Amino acid sequence: MENANFLVVEDSPTMRQLISFSLKRFKNAKIIEAVDGVDALKKLSGPDKIDLILTDINMPVMDGLKLVSLVRQNAQLKNIPIIIITTEGAEEDRERGLALGANAYISKPIQSSHLIKTISELLSV
Amino acid sequence: MSEEQKAEKFLELFNKGKEFTEELLRENQRLRYRIAAIETDAGSDEMQRLREQLAQLSEENRRIQQRFREVEEENKDFANRYIEIEEQNNNLANLYVASYQLHSTLDFREVIQIVQEIVINLIGAEAFAILLLDEKTNELKAIAYEGEDAMPGIDLISARLGEGVLGTVAKTGESYYVNQDVEGGAITVEKPLAAVPLKIKEHVIGLIVIYRLLQQKDAFSAVDYELFSLLAAHAATAIFSSKLYSQSERKLNTIQSFLDLLTTSS
Repeated sequence: MENANFLVVEDSPTMRQLISFSLKRFKNAKIIEAVDGVDALKKLSGPDKIDLILTDINMPVMDGLKLVSLVRQNAQLKNIPIIIITTEGAEEDRERGLALGANAYISKPIQSSHLIKTISELLSV
Repeated sequence: MSEEQKAEKFLELFNKGKEFTEELLRENQRLRYRIAAIETDAGSDEMQRLREQLAQLSEENRRIQQRFREVEEENKDFANRYIEIEEQNNNLANLYVASYQLHSTLDFREVIQIVQEIVINLIGAEAFAILLLDEKTNELKAIAYEGEDAMPGIDLISARLGEGVLGTVAKTGESYYVNQDVEGGAITVEKPLAAVPLKIKEHVIGLIVIYRLLQQKDAFSAVDYELFSLLAAHAATAIFSSKLYSQSERKLNTIQSFLDLLTTSS
């Protein structure tokens, strides 16, 4: 997948940088960062067409689950693949995230290779 | 011609025909023997050639199978090596990001916040504490913690240098790992899953103490130990330098206030 635009939604600068670092494996990837759900919605309405969203769950202002729900209700955004990346590793959390419309659910700590594989599958690279 | 003469003539013709036929049959038989003989000679040559070819092909097949097995083994080695490199790559990425973040600020509270983020997100800890050593009292005290629900009393941790697991780790500078709570409940505030010293060279300034891992993480992996030690070293220098910076800032403010006072009074 070349020239993909990724939106990374994370309140932790460390995790934002780590995820962005992994995404640089995709040639000419553009990485747009947001610190919470509200910031993510602003970035989604911006000029860049987002190909995939990676979001944390626990964030201030608006959490990741709310963001997933709002994206799936929006006619223009509803088809964007979403990956949830979170410390919440319980099965019911996973089910809840996927039921709201996330395409994949990855528990922290993340393995870069697993993240790349999941993204590649979702974008059918 | 009389009837008798005709019969003799016919008999003569018949006998000639018979002889000719017999001669043809003999020739036919002779030729068949000859063909059979030629075929046998040619067949044995062809057979020999085919046997040799078969032997060559069998040998080639054996060599190809041997090479295939070797390549298969090499392939397994490469696959294992690839996994190792992926892990190392992941490890290096974690370390790069962690050290970048840790040294991105000189604000003490921010550094502690970053250490907490790293321990949660990169190590995968649910309950942990960061202890600093007070060199005047030789006492370790928690300056930050997470997971009070999972480990009650985590906020009140204190240990004297050289006493108990935490004090010993701080004194010896050797990391302590139990890895997983196999006995269930064996992990207490004084006996954690892991305690890693925050060291600058051989000088211990504090500890990172882990009590519980995230639900999805069963135990420390092999790379965690290495990563943990490297992170602790970076965290130690970041904490130490930010602490020094805060102290020097405070001193600078005091001196500046004193100078201002002197200037005003004169």
